[in-house]
Formats: sequence, structure tokens, C-alpha cells
Amino acid sequence: MAVLRYREALNAALREEMARDENVMLMGEDIGVFNGAFKVTAGLLEEFGEKRVRDTPISENTIVGMGVGAAMTGLRPVVELMTINFSLLAMDQIVNHAAAIHYMFGGQVKVPLVVRMPQGAGHQLGPTHSHSFEALFLHVPGLLVAVPTTAADAKGLLKAAIRDDNPVVFIEHEYLYGQRGDVPDDDDCTLRFGEAAIRREGGDVTIVGISRMALTSQRAATVLAEEHEIEAEVIDPRTLRPLDLDKILASVRKTNRCVIVEEGWPHGGVGANLAALVQEQAFDDLDAPVMRVTGADVPMPYSKPLEQIAFPHEPQVVDAVLATFRDL
Amino acid sequence: MAKPLADPPAEAKLPQPDVAREWLATMVLIRRFEERAGEMYAKAKVGGFLHLSIGEEATIVGSARALRDDDYLISTYRSHGHAIVRGTSPDAVMAELFGRVDGCSKGRGGSMHMFDLSRRFMGGYGIVGGNLPIAAGMALASDYRGLDEVTLCQFGDGASNQGTFGETMNLAALWRLPVVFMVTNNQFGMGTSLERHSAVTDLQRKGEGFGVPGMRCDGMDVLDTHTVTCEALRIAREERRPVLVEAVTYRFRGHSMADPEEYRTKDQVEEWRKRDPIEVFGDRLVAEGVLEEDERLRIDAQAVQRVDAAVAFADASEHPAPDSLYDDVYVLGEQVQGWYSVDERTPTPHRGEDERAMGGARLPAGGAYEQAVEQAAPESAGDKPADAAQDEAD
Repeated sequence: MAVLRYREALNAALREEMARDENVMLMGEDIGVFNGAFKVTAGLLEEFGEKRVRDTPISENTIVGMGVGAAMTGLRPVVELMTINFSLLAMDQIVNHAAAIHYMFGGQVKVPLVVRMPQGAGHQLGPTHSHSFEALFLHVPGLLVAVPTTAADAKGLLKAAIRDDNPVVFIEHEYLYGQRGDVPDDDDCTLRFGEAAIRREGGDVTIVGISRMALTSQRAATVLAEEHEIEAEVIDPRTLRPLDLDKILASVRKTNRCVIVEEGWPHGGVGANLAALVQEQAFDDLDAPVMRVTGADVPMPYSKPLEQIAFPHEPQVVDAVLATFRDL
Repeated sequence: MAKPLADPPAEAKLPQPDVAREWLATMVLIRRFEERAGEMYAKAKVGGFLHLSIGEEATIVGSARALRDDDYLISTYRSHGHAIVRGTSPDAVMAELFGRVDGCSKGRGGSMHMFDLSRRFMGGYGIVGGNLPIAAGMALASDYRGLDEVTLCQFGDGASNQGTFGETMNLAALWRLPVVFMVTNNQFGMGTSLERHSAVTDLQRKGEGFGVPGMRCDGMDVLDTHTVTCEALRIAREERRPVLVEAVTYRFRGHSMADPEEYRTKDQVEEWRKRDPIEVFGDRLVAEGVLEEDERLRIDAQAVQRVDAAVAFADASEHPAPDSLYDDVYVLGEQVQGWYSVDERTPTPHRGEDERAMGGARLPAGGAYEQAVEQAAPESAGDKPADAAQDEAD
């Protein structure tokens, strides 16, 4: 075990997979000489050279599309997009091409492409650099979607993503880049997609936290235990496609309550989707409506006080959990 | 008004007789195939959109015959001919149009999404301009592995206005990728004529500002198209830099089968038809003694026969089974962890990836599958859908 920051864990994953497989190569804006806007790719150009670590022009749709073409013909490209908002420029290549190609060509060709991007509010980057779009990508059949929260998951899931034969949208979080955590040293330590982590066990309520909100949910669970004698079970799905729905349902069947916490918008969000799945398959086990805590339904404001109330914090999670006990 | 290029360079030498005959035969096969495809569309055997390349056969055959077997060809939603010229069986192309399991994309893609990995035909793509970055990525992979394969990327004049055009030209030139871009200038982006959609109508020059030099060929002349494409491929392969080739051509039919063609005159179409690439090349082969008239007729008869067989094959091919719906959404390992797909078509949600194992036991209510199969049955052929009839006046 080593204690690494989340960004260092990602860096280690890239380095190890590049050393393991010469078909793994990186493309992105300022990932080389500049070492990456968030320093995830620091030192990789020096180590692997310009053939494998490629600074690109600012052409998101085309660099993702080149990743698609290169993946179809034998490489395992990892494309970095500087923020998730810029991925919208590449939606055509991600949705109409990367996600569809294996299916629409009858399974003849695979697209083992990883598109990495950070999301999240809290740095006053305003309405074009701060959003959380995991729901947009979750919507699309053919894509895998990873939302790692810890340094260990960041490393293990990125390694798994690079080895996977499906296109993966790998969503990092700007706030988490600096967070430290224990990370296995083992080069072969990948995680499996579709396996949720139970961050905290408890029998009274199930809290599902997405991306950074898994940490917020854990802090809320501590408050609930200390101040309200409520033992929350906190689940971090880690990947949204595939989704470890069975583990979430098993927890709900035990606790009979469910609260879903995400940073993104409410309409058509991850929580909207998960709430539907839970009520369809565990309705008889629920003692209260499934509750959601989401980001505000607004473009992200620049103002620091406004931004701070536009994404969830632990008191809101505590309130949502208490609301599921209101009738008792 | 869009005019054909001046007479093709008459001094261009013909290839070996057997090669010349094969070019003619392939152009004829593509023509006859597409004519039948149009008929099958009118009979509702083919659904969706059907974009025919009738008139553009010289561009397809001349350019594709310049490729090596290990080169990649990638095209657009107008690509029946591209699959056929690469060697994909007309059976598989027709079966794909019919949406059957023996189609080259197993009935998942349809007319706009032909694909044949074994022949390095890397697909038809339905999004205008969507194939350009993908082509550059294929060239990147070849270059990365030190192989001297080249990717030939074809797209229409309309695609030259997409953002991916400029972005891809820039990146391909910047990274010296072995890719030849061929803009098939058939004079129209759907129903909008070249001079109404592009400020620069000399399309071969549209890459210059991005560092991609241009060339032009007479896309109605299989020989000229072949000669120019060979040189472009040589530059890409040996000099490691991309080239943009403009193939000046014309589609004799509408943009798709549902096209009343109000944007052009019959006179214009007739003027271009005088340059019919098959007639012109066939005449020349006869004139130069490469081909006898009866042999020319035989080539045509064989093409018709081949296409008849393709129709029979497609009609006999099965529809994809209902429990195959979720096949190939994902590449799945032996152990499937989690829910990749959620099927909500029935009151009992289940994993899409379990559909096969369930044997289609939970088909959605209402019989929609059976109805669609019944409508496609041979005895119902002849029912012409209203929106397909428009283009038949031709």
C-alpha cells in the first residue's frame, strides 16, 4: 500500500498500463509538455515520448473520433478532455459513433477507447466549466461509465477501463484530485466494473452517493449516527454502467429506506433513474418514498455563496434521511 | 450551374484488358445492384432511407481499385457500392438492406451502415462528417504501428462544411498521417447546390489552409479517378502526408428515395447523363478493341443475374431473432457483473444481457415483431409506400 493523491493514482494507472501494453497511448489538450491541466499525466511524455503521449489541438470531437478510429484498428487510446463541459463538443463521436459502432456493425469491430474527463463544482469556474454530466453518459447504451471516488478506485477502475473492450466514459472529479488514500502497489490490481463499494454498513437507511457525493454521504452518515442514532449504509456504485443494482436492492431490502445523492441536475438525473429502478423492484420493501438530493436545477453560478448552495452538502443529506423517518 | 468537367484526358492509357473489363463489370454490378435496391425500396422490402450512388460508380471503382488489400476504405451513408467494390458479397449487402441476419451488419445498420472488417471496408456512417476523425484515427493506428497501410476516406461535398473537416485536416497534416481524403463532389449537399452551400466551390483547395494539398480528378472517368487516387495514395504512403482529392461527379438519382428533386433541372441531369461513367468507359473499351459488344452485353446480363441472386438470398434470409435484440450492445466477458442494460419493455425489468438466456420469453405485448415479419413476407411485395413513390418518376 502507498498513500497517493487521487491524481497520482490515476497517473500510476496510466503509467502501468502503458508499460504493460504498447498499444495504450494518450491524446489530449496540454497533456504532454504542460503535464495536463490537472497534472494527471505529469511526467508521462518524458517517460514514454511523443509517439505515445500526444498533445492535441483544441478539437474535442475530432480527437475523440480519432480515438474511435484508432481503437477500431487495434490501439487502446486514452483521450483526456479538459473538463466534462468540453465533452459536449464531442457528443457526436461519443454517442453516434463510439457507443454505436460495435452494435451497428453487427459486432464485427470493438471500440476499446477510454475518454477521461473531470467534473464538479466548487472552484468558481462558472456555468461552462463546473457541471456534472454523468447522467448524460449513463443514458447511452454502448457506453460504460465510471465515477471513481477514492484514490484506490481511481487507479483500479482506470486500469480496468483501459483493458476493457468497450468504450468507457471515465468521469473524474476536480475536487477529488487532491484527496489522499491508500492505493495498492500491485501492477495487476484492477477493479471490476459493476461492483459497488459499501463504504459504511448500517441497517436503518441506504444512502447511494455518486462520485464526490459518496464522500459527502459518508460524512452525513457520521452525523446521523452521532446526532440521530440512525445507522446509514453508504453505497458508492463506482460505475453507473454496469450498475451494481443487486447490491443496492439488497441494501434497500435490509434498511427499507433509500436516499440518492448526486451533484448533477435533478431532471433525468442518476437519482431519478435509480429511484425508478428501486421502486419497481423493491416497492414492497420501502417504508418511505425514495428521496433524492441533487444539485440545483440551474447553470452553475460563479458567485461563491451561490455556487456553494447549488451543490449538495452533508446537512442536506441528513435532512433527506430524516425526512424518510418523518412518519414514524 | 454545376457542369461536368471538360472531356477526360483522352491520352490516359487503359490498364490491362482483364483489369479494364473487371472495372467495367464492377461498375455495372454496382449500377444494377442499386437499381434493384431502388425497386426493392419501392416494394417496401427495404426500409428507412436509401441513398443511391447511381452516376458515381467511376468514383467508387476508380478510387477503390487504387487501394491495396491492407489499406482501409471508409465511406458515408451512400456506400452500397463501396462494400461491393471491396469484395463484400452482393448477397450480404442486399440482406443488410432487407434487415436480415445475413446482412453484412447483421441487420443492425441498414443502408447507411454497411461494414466488412475482413475486407477492410470500415463502414458507412450516417452522420455527415462523422467518418473524418475516425479515418484519421485509423491512419494514426497504422502509423503508430509502423505499417505502410493508407486509409482512404470518402465523404460528400456537404461534409466539407462540417467542423470535423477542418479539425481533421489540421490534425492529419500536423501529425503527417497516411490518409487520403476524397471529397465526392456530386454537386449537392442533399438538395442544396454546391455554390449555395460552400463559399469556396473549388473543393480541392479547402484543405490548403490546414496544410493539406489538393488534387482533382474527373469522378465520371474511372481511369482518371484511378490515376489521381494512385498518386494521392503514393504521397500518403511514401511521403507521410495527407492529400485531399476532389472527385467531380454527379448523382443521377435523388439524394434519397424520398426526393422530389425540385432543386435541379431535368436539363442538368440530362447533360450529366451524357457522361454516364459506365457508357463512356464501355464505349471506349469497345472502340479500342478491348471488349466485344456481345461481351459487354454478357457483363450486363451477369450483373443482373448476380443481383437477382442477391435479392433471392436476402428474401430467404431470416429476420434477426427477437432475443438477439441486446446482442453486441456490449462486449461482455464470461462473468457479467452488474446491469449493463436495463430492459423496461415488460412489467418485469431485467438485464438486457440476459435476453438471450431468457429465450425471448418476455417479448413485449402487442405482437409488433410478428406484424413486422409478416409485412416483409414475399407475398406482400408490391405494396408501395406513399413516400417512396415520389422518386420513381426519375
